[in-house]
Amino acid sequence: MTAPDDVRTAIDAAYRDEWGQVVATLIGLTGDWDLAEDCAQDAFAAALTTWPRDGVPRRPGAWLTTAARNRALDRLRRDAAGAAKLRRLTVTGDPGAADEDIPDERLRLIFTCCHPALPFPARVALTLRTLAGLSTAEIARALLTAESTLAQRLVRAKRKIQEAGIPYRVPPAELLPERLAAVLVVLYLIFNQGYDEPDPQRDLTAEAIRLARTLVRLMPTEPEPRGLLALMLLHEARRATRTRDGVLVTLEDQDRSRWDQVLIAEGVTTLDKALTRRKAGPYQLQAAIAACHATAPDPAGTDWPQIKALYGELARLAPSPVVELNRAVAIAMADGVPAGLALVDELAASGRLAGYHLLPATRADLLRRAGRITEARAAYEEALQLAPTEAERRFLAKRLREL
Amino acid sequence: MKYALLICDDEKVSPSNEEIEADPVHRAWADDLERRGGKLFGVRLRPVVDATTVRVRDGETLVSDGPFAETKDFVGGFVIVDCADLDEAIQIAAGHPYARWGGVEVRPVWE
Repeated sequence: MTAPDDVRTAIDAAYRDEWGQVVATLIGLTGDWDLAEDCAQDAFAAALTTWPRDGVPRRPGAWLTTAARNRALDRLRRDAAGAAKLRRLTVTGDPGAADEDIPDERLRLIFTCCHPALPFPARVALTLRTLAGLSTAEIARALLTAESTLAQRLVRAKRKIQEAGIPYRVPPAELLPERLAAVLVVLYLIFNQGYDEPDPQRDLTAEAIRLARTLVRLMPTEPEPRGLLALMLLHEARRATRTRDGVLVTLEDQDRSRWDQVLIAEGVTTLDKALTRRKAGPYQLQAAIAACHATAPDPAGTDWPQIKALYGELARLAPSPVVELNRAVAIAMADGVPAGLALVDELAASGRLAGYHLLPATRADLLRRAGRITEARAAYEEALQLAPTEAERRFLAKRLREL
Repeated sequence: MKYALLICDDEKVSPSNEEIEADPVHRAWADDLERRGGKLFGVRLRPVVDATTVRVRDGETLVSDGPFAETKDFVGGFVIVDCADLDEAIQIAAGHPYARWGGVEVRPVWE
């Protein structure tokens, strides 16, 4: 007999690993998102009573999917309107056969959750709810949104999927590049949300990394999901050193001995595997830049010419003023401050980054390095007005004092 | 599923019906729709200066000129199509010439 603690651990692990799969399969079978979630919930409740008595099944995912499917059958039999859904459910085979291979439906679910016809915040919420299995309350807290707003967002998104006829499928080849990019944006936002505003109770970076791992497993020949996973791992490796006593610490001043070498090694391996496909994309390039930083022994040993070249490629593939700003820093470090500063001034004059705190903050840093203290001070003051987080404001104020 | 594709633009350019007929993009779009067998009904509308809006408030009929909504783009025509799902409707909408300078609003028909 399994000890209750072991069972609890097994159920927690199953929830993390199998929730998305169970929900995805049930949506595929019934076409009903709410029913799918309810039945998945019921299946996990059933596991809580059954597994301590009968032991943890050999294949928890198959057990849970079967339990959820049986639950759906029961509910649809009692519901007159469920007849049509019931037919779809019963033609899929003997619901008692727990050991049969269930195809992984999560890919269909990911693409549907991230469909461009859904509002962006709804895509994020839907992905966290249906794939990662976070509760409405957990998502609301992690995204700093009122729970009622978030619940309504989920209801509306599910309704739109049904009423607007958003297909439950992996998009065909001609739509795949565009739709995959939309999925990656959602996963990266989830990661960044957890990175910038960590919620001690629910680690969104871990959820994002888990989702990216799933996507890599499900689309092994696509390089960009691997690029995104590598990027997340390389950022995650440095997370603990990003702030000290609530003050932002720049890359240059971070304690490199505390960077997580296991994550860095995995990030680099993951990136190398993506690059063998010889199909560069924005996430692979960003991961390559992160890898340059993560593998540099010290700030002086950073390969800035390589980083500059990578930003140049990124600016070509995915042009944006933020990429230009980062490229300017790389140019300053590789070719000297004046060259980088010239590009920053050009960006400032264009007005494309008006209101973005990192524009004056970057300018301030380059002016400081160039010894132009009066101008640096003005730029730091401007950045201080715009900085969105307390950690950044404290950092900027500290730099200003040190001038 | 049935969708209404609302063909919208700001009316800055207003090709004649003949010009639209002769436009190869429009022709390709119409041929594609024909092949799909999805077109149920479609018309082009006269410009918005010819529009009249009717409202009834407190039993009184109020008639005014112009469109109801104050928007940048106006509905210049619509097509009702029957197709598999939203992705197919998006594909049809993307092929319409007006999608290149105006926009096509895809609205599921309430059935």
